[in-house]
Amino acid sequence: MPIPVVYNFRSVRARWPSAIVAVLGIAGTVGVFIAMLSLAMGFKATLVSSGTADNALVIRAGATSEMMGAVTLDEVKIIQDAPGVARNGSAPLVSPEVVVIAPFPLRATGTDANVQVRGVSGNALLVRDKIKIVQGRFFQPGLSELVVGRNVPDTYNGLNLGNTVTFGGGKWTVVGIFDAGGSAFDSEVWCDSRVLDQVYKYPENIFQSATAHLTSPAALQEFKDSITADPRMNVDVSREIDYYAKQSTRMTTLITILGGVVASIMAFGAIFGALNTMYSAVAERSREIATMRAIGFGAPSVIISFLIEALLISFIGGLLGCLAVLPLNGLTTGAMNWQTFSHLAFAFRVTPLLLAMGIIFALAMGLIGGVPPAVRAASRPVAQSLREL
Amino acid sequence: MVRVDGSGSGGALIQVRGVDKNYSRAGEEIHVLQSLNLDVDKGEFVAFMGPSGSGKTTLLNLLGGLDVPTHGSITVDGDEITHMSAGKLTQWRARHVGFIFQMYNLIPVLNAFQNVELPLLLTKLSKSERRQHVEAALTIVGLAERMNHYPRQLSGGQEQRVAIARAIVADPTFLLCDEPTGDLDRKSADEILDLLTRLSTEYHKTILMVTHDPAAAERAHTLLHLNKGVLVEGAHLDQVAGGVA
Repeated sequence: MPIPVVYNFRSVRARWPSAIVAVLGIAGTVGVFIAMLSLAMGFKATLVSSGTADNALVIRAGATSEMMGAVTLDEVKIIQDAPGVARNGSAPLVSPEVVVIAPFPLRATGTDANVQVRGVSGNALLVRDKIKIVQGRFFQPGLSELVVGRNVPDTYNGLNLGNTVTFGGGKWTVVGIFDAGGSAFDSEVWCDSRVLDQVYKYPENIFQSATAHLTSPAALQEFKDSITADPRMNVDVSREIDYYAKQSTRMTTLITILGGVVASIMAFGAIFGALNTMYSAVAERSREIATMRAIGFGAPSVIISFLIEALLISFIGGLLGCLAVLPLNGLTTGAMNWQTFSHLAFAFRVTPLLLAMGIIFALAMGLIGGVPPAVRAASRPVAQSLREL
Repeated sequence: MVRVDGSGSGGALIQVRGVDKNYSRAGEEIHVLQSLNLDVDKGEFVAFMGPSGSGKTTLLNLLGGLDVPTHGSITVDGDEITHMSAGKLTQWRARHVGFIFQMYNLIPVLNAFQNVELPLLLTKLSKSERRQHVEAALTIVGLAERMNHYPRQLSGGQEQRVAIARAIVADPTFLLCDEPTGDLDRKSADEILDLLTRLSTEYHKTILMVTHDPAAAERAHTLLHLNKGVLVEGAHLDQVAGGVA
């Protein structure tokens, strides 16, 4: 039977001033690790939730985002007639859209940030049926009216319900606020695409994308085959959810790498903290270790015992780090979406998976920091240790 | 019966034959024990005295399997321990040796019961059997009512009694005591010596004790004097005490 675990629990408790250094080091590292990953996860989740499985996005062939897209009115008509497109009565649920960037001052800093302004068709809320108007009303087609995502009034000055703002050379009135369920649309401003074209002096027969609401998620293949096989079409078709997942890749990779680098540097320090704590534990308890070896506990028992102690310290640190970042969950922040060059509001997402990863990360640090002192504890000659006391 | 001339017939519990122990310190070879022979029969209570640095603790460490001799052999109850691997030696210690140290060496974060239970964790006894053994051992040393006390809540004498309970709880082949009264006042020391005497007379434990204390040595059946690494049988206590001073 190994050395009882109660020995480690009580030893950690008895030596808490020393243990707390390692605990805090590991807690800080785990906190940063989870915070960075929850940032990446929140960004990704916000973009991915913008798409739905039964919507298809059509953009120009080769374009990496709808900002670079060009879909003509003739192509829109072919899309509307394509198989698999859902209909409201006889009207196809397709929203040809124009996207521009307009600067608005951030409430937090007063500096301008780019807001994505999306010119949509009148049936946009039928195409994206999860988006609901929660205050005011939807814009009247043909009028310079705006509806804004629910994050917009809190993020930018001047975009509250009833306000009149100027951008693109036109005057616009905010007539409604919509809830897009925490997706990227919550950071957007919507208006009538034809009015937007007029204000920006864009050709009215060119759009940047067209979103088609399909009869079912399974209808995508039929829709896609029909569109891509048509020699008049020069477009790419993707499931809306896949498009937004791809959009999130660059930013999430950047945040993950950045977070990984920061966490690695901190982990290096935390491991040294654990090493220091465990080495001092071994030094302070050389009498106890020698006594247990004399009684008959073998070197493996001593190694396991000290590893358990290191893991216990790191587990407490990990747990503390997890608790420290829990309040971040749901906290809204913002970042530039490099695919659209617009500011995107999103929330930290501290998920159970991330918490589990944080604990595993903490235990890994404890293990790395615990092995050398544990081996030292077990390898000291017993007689010599007893004589040195 | 205890002999130091190597003339034992082979029936002794502990047989030490031609043991040398040398240490290297700063490039210099130090001969701590030289051609040492010893035979100790079962049930003997042997005291080793001698000046500091005479090799008493080294001899105890060799007998307890905590160290290995440079030359020679040590056989305990038929097991030759000098050539055992470190792992085997650890197992052998758990089965055969009960250690009693000068500074008690109790684990401060464990209470008296848990300290005494430690050697039993290395056996196959069930939890209830372990409890019975621990309670019996603590009863022998008169501390059954203090089993939930931590070392810091006990006096020095009580700590040493717990250490004795820990040493005897697994019923080892012999007890090794390294200055068991060295850190105690006279009264507590006498209580510990009474206890060791009881273990010898009532429980027939084989006890080997290193001591500087003539009063402790008086309790032993046999007194051996160790001087410059050589064992001398039947030294007079006043000679030994003079040597210590």
